[in-house]
Amino acid sequence: MVTYIIRRLAAAVVLLFVVSITTFAIFFLVPRLAGMSADDLASRYVSKAANSQVIHDTATRLGFYDPILVQYGRFVKGLFLGVDRNYGPGIEHCPAPCLGYSYVTQNPVLPDLLDRLPVTLSLALGAAVIWLVFGVAAGVVSALRRGSVFDRISMGVALAGVSLPIFFTGIVSLAIFRDQLGLVGDVADWVPFTQDPLTWANNLSLPWITLAFLYAAGYARLTRAGMLETMSEDYIRTARAKGLPERTVVLKHGLRATLTPVLTIFGLDLGLLLGGAVLTESTFSLPGIGKYAVDAIGNNDLPQVMGVTLVAAIFIILANLIVDLLYAVVDPRVRLA
Amino acid sequence: MNLRSTASVLAVTASLALAVSACGGGAKSGSSSSGSGGGAAAGPSSEYNAGVTQVVNPSDKTGGTLHMGMPGDFDSVDPGDMYYSYAWNFARLYTRALVMFKPVPGKEGLELVPDLAESLGKASDGGKTWTYKLRPGLKFEDGSPVTSKDVKYAVARSLDKDVLPSGPTYFNDWLDTGDYTGPYKMKGKLDDWKGIETPDDQTIVFHLKKAYGGFDYFAMLPQTAPVPEAKDTGSKYKEHPVSTGPYMFQTHELGKRIELVKNPNWDPATDPNRKQLNDSVEVLLGQNEDDLDQRLLSGKIDVKINSTGVGANARKAVLTDPKRKQYADSAALARTWFANINGDVPPLDNIHCRKAVEYAADRSAIQGAYGGPVAGGDIALSIMPPVMTGYQKIDPYGVEAHPTGDVDKAKQELQACGQPNGFSTSISYRTERAAEKQTAEALQQSLDRVGIKLDIKPFPQGDYFKLYAGKPDFAKKNGLGIIVYGWGADYPEGFGFFQQIVDSRIIRSAGNTNLSVKDPEVDKLIDKAAIEQDATARNQLWSQVDSKVMDDAYILPYVWARGLFYRPATLKNAFISQNWGMYEFLTLSTQ
Amino acid sequence: MTEGAFLDVRNLKIHFPTDDGLVKSVDGLTFSVERGKTLGIVGESGSGKSVTSLGVLGLHKGRGANISGEIWLDGEELVGASQEHVRGLRGKKMAMIFQDPLSAMHPFYTVGQQIIEAYRIHNKVSKKVARKHAVDMLGRVGIPQPDRRVDSYPHEFSGGMRQRAMIAMALSCDPELLIADEPTTALDVTVQAQILDLMRDLQRDFNAALIVITHDLGVVAELSDDILVMYGGKCVEYGTAEDIFERPEHPYTWGLLGSMPRLDREPTERLLPIKGTPPSLINVPSGCAFHPRCAFEERTEGRAQTEVPELLETEGGHLVRCHLPRERRRAIWENEIKPNLEAS
Repeated sequence: MVTYIIRRLAAAVVLLFVVSITTFAIFFLVPRLAGMSADDLASRYVSKAANSQVIHDTATRLGFYDPILVQYGRFVKGLFLGVDRNYGPGIEHCPAPCLGYSYVTQNPVLPDLLDRLPVTLSLALGAAVIWLVFGVAAGVVSALRRGSVFDRISMGVALAGVSLPIFFTGIVSLAIFRDQLGLVGDVADWVPFTQDPLTWANNLSLPWITLAFLYAAGYARLTRAGMLETMSEDYIRTARAKGLPERTVVLKHGLRATLTPVLTIFGLDLGLLLGGAVLTESTFSLPGIGKYAVDAIGNNDLPQVMGVTLVAAIFIILANLIVDLLYAVVDPRVRLA
Repeated sequence: MNLRSTASVLAVTASLALAVSACGGGAKSGSSSSGSGGGAAAGPSSEYNAGVTQVVNPSDKTGGTLHMGMPGDFDSVDPGDMYYSYAWNFARLYTRALVMFKPVPGKEGLELVPDLAESLGKASDGGKTWTYKLRPGLKFEDGSPVTSKDVKYAVARSLDKDVLPSGPTYFNDWLDTGDYTGPYKMKGKLDDWKGIETPDDQTIVFHLKKAYGGFDYFAMLPQTAPVPEAKDTGSKYKEHPVSTGPYMFQTHELGKRIELVKNPNWDPATDPNRKQLNDSVEVLLGQNEDDLDQRLLSGKIDVKINSTGVGANARKAVLTDPKRKQYADSAALARTWFANINGDVPPLDNIHCRKAVEYAADRSAIQGAYGGPVAGGDIALSIMPPVMTGYQKIDPYGVEAHPTGDVDKAKQELQACGQPNGFSTSISYRTERAAEKQTAEALQQSLDRVGIKLDIKPFPQGDYFKLYAGKPDFAKKNGLGIIVYGWGADYPEGFGFFQQIVDSRIIRSAGNTNLSVKDPEVDKLIDKAAIEQDATARNQLWSQVDSKVMDDAYILPYVWARGLFYRPATLKNAFISQNWGMYEFLTLSTQ
Repeated sequence: MTEGAFLDVRNLKIHFPTDDGLVKSVDGLTFSVERGKTLGIVGESGSGKSVTSLGVLGLHKGRGANISGEIWLDGEELVGASQEHVRGLRGKKMAMIFQDPLSAMHPFYTVGQQIIEAYRIHNKVSKKVARKHAVDMLGRVGIPQPDRRVDSYPHEFSGGMRQRAMIAMALSCDPELLIADEPTTALDVTVQAQILDLMRDLQRDFNAALIVITHDLGVVAELSDDILVMYGGKCVEYGTAEDIFERPEHPYTWGLLGSMPRLDREPTERLLPIKGTPPSLINVPSGCAFHPRCAFEERTEGRAQTEVPELLETEGGHLVRCHLPRERRRAIWENEIKPNLEAS
């Protein structure tokens, strides 16, 4: 087990390097191949009427005249040794792991990301709890009452849930629940949990529900299909033949087996979301990792893009690893090697 | 991006439809109750466009929080590192420059008045030297006195575009900087630099490389807002710019939120232009624009910070609903949508062929492309927008009489050009901009009437100037005869508008802002205007620039831009500043 | 049939409505078992034998099946009883051993957990007591080191051990009726014999009524007192083991005997399979359901194609459902079938 984890983590480090190199290459090679010079690149990061001296200075400051390998090397060096940077009146040290400074805002990237992480964490985890509970419950009931009115309605809603884009459901729910009914607070006012848990929950409730709706739909369908399959397994018949109450049969024997694939998908979904719930955060103006990523890409802000990509990749890799480990716990037939 | 925006249009249309229908229900009950109550139905509480000419909801009551919301973020809140007009407008809540635009509605708002300075600048040495004297009793937020040296330091630091890259370069270009590159690279040399002198704590003297008559406009830039050297943290200064205005930074969560509170060391006796009505000012940054518009319309946000007003989706909801329209103002902006006619591309090197384009263009169709008369703008008769200081009406191509084009005149010009059957050329526009695409198509259709065939070529917006239309070699090689473009003034005076787009001497190998105007006469007029110290004479010269470029037919203007702005019923002291082309932030309050 | 039988099933019908039509899985079945006795139910897959056993346990109740007839268990009628009541009997009074214990045991729970669960449903005991009981049961069915194996998962057992564990689970509550559905099908031949031995021993110890369901006459030959042959949801022949093996009268039974592999046969010999495939339970063939596959169908003068034969007593409790006259059946058995089976 321990060697397995070490091996997986080593592979993860390699993967992170591949991700970083790829991101770097996309943002540097593609514009170069399209014919942009270092000055052209730099001119993205100056004011609208900057003269050529300003552009030249900017290109120098951002290191655009160096060969791409040197630039990438600087990024890696920052990761391990940190970066010294002149902020005007003095030099400051950005300690390792340093993801560099934004080309646009000139803020250090890592503190920015850490600052936004609680938003995304709150959003993703809260929504995950909701969609897991409601999605799985709806799926189980639908499977047990297959063909019933409940089944048809919930599966219809589920279809709507997976089909409707979040910026639609999000804006509509804002219009109804906040503007018309006044049930929830101003979503955009992000309040940390530690500051005021009630406001935190109130302000996040709509994003949670909207995001959870999207996922719950998928989980309901997945659970329903899984339950239908599991409930026709021989061991369910055995459980019934033992005289177990139907509740025990469904929850202990049926759901347990169904939850294994659900767990896998859940881990991956959560990993992806922690890397930034892009659409939800943009729709609800939540200052999380996803919103940050959108802005970073829109601004061609390479250090921010690199930071976000790496953080997202780390979450996805970790989620994968945890899912695999959990799988071994949940399903005794699985042995990790 | 395109797909996303299309989808969000759908989303917002749907949600607004919901909202509108819900309001319809509410209105019914409202009107019935007012019918029985009688007095409540005494006309609308506000009028459409009221804020363009007068102060809406004047009030001197204090207290409360002014809620501002923004779709993106400021380029910076560091007064030495900002360029957007909404940033300059906002900065005056917490900073004071030497000079400022008068915060009043109408034409008067274009006037400069002294702010930190006791009076406007005093020129000497033929306009090469400008002297200002500070008011007595000025203080920073910590109570320490503001001296002329703090102003000198602020301007000096703004010269360093390495650390503060976002602001304009007027001081870099005009001040007698010598070898001086700013206090960061040349530590301890500030006093040795004589580009700006501070003979005493109240006096500051600017020395220019060459005479410039409109220097007060430079003194208006937030770069002259004092920065205490001891508190300067370079590129991190934006985390907490030190205040000299009525409000100061309490919180700045970068990219997320700004909270300003009253500055206890601001003395109204030193500041005739500002009030301190709000207890605090909150700005939510990075907001979803559609949602922000919704909250603005419902009054949860008091004012939106951007340069074009409500978004395209909310615009429909505002204009079609009289209950909402009464709170809207259509503001003329110091911005013109135009196309450059490229003399590098034959047969457009012939002035008559260029004039044929001027005559044949259907400006009315293009006005539609930009959103119509209310939200898009007025049909442009010349390049200079009428909201600017010194605008004089000219209409060399008879656009007022022929908004859809004058085909006969165009054919005459083609005859004179030696191309009686027309010719073919290309037209470029920025791919991401739907209005520019429609503009190119409208021009293609209207020019086709006289036999001028246009080949439409879109290029990505991000590199439009660096790699394509703004690169003369490329434009020439690819036969870009007409280049769809547009320009807004840095400040509403001739120099701030024209210099970047008609001075042929600033044309470089790539990344241009002047895409085609090459006329030595125009250059001479610019130089003359620059040194002219008499405002009336100066304005006369800029008007001549406008006229000359039109006669040269290097620029085909079609729309003088407008934006549709919304002031919720609860917003007090609201009016459109003719200078900013948006609400004046300084006066806004909520009580 | 027999007064005082522990299980008495009368005219049991289990029909499933489906989109394609009514599936008559069990169509008028009557049988009974006494304590300490063994009934073998034999038939091909799809003949309705497994549905019958699940029907007796009440596992079709509330699942869209139309059930009619009577099931008397120890003097109690179950068809009309509530689901909850029948559930209370399941596992306690009647238990079932399923075929293929790999799929019949839950892969995520240890063997011990599954036995403990079964035991504790019907007995109010602590987990500790239940666990000791599970270890005892595992030991009793011949699993070595039961105190260790109790914590193993089903997939960690061999096939034979798994079947023993399954039996241990079924017997954990000391049931009085035990139904074994193809208990040896998934096992090696040598293991099959061990399991059959075990079941015989256990039945003696527990004095339970035992129903063995199988397609393999060899299995019932080892265990059964009485044998019921099913075809197309109906009983086609019923009798003592001796009746069925020595004096079978139904052509289908003959076919089953002919296709039975026997240890005393030469390995080179060919089996005599029954031609054709089992009938559809939706569109049951007209007349005698077996007639399309019956070698002697033409000897009924066409009655087999039109008339459903009655289940009639031929002698001393031996029942046969066939249009052929009794004498003719016996003659065919004596002259055409038996010599063939013995010669081969």
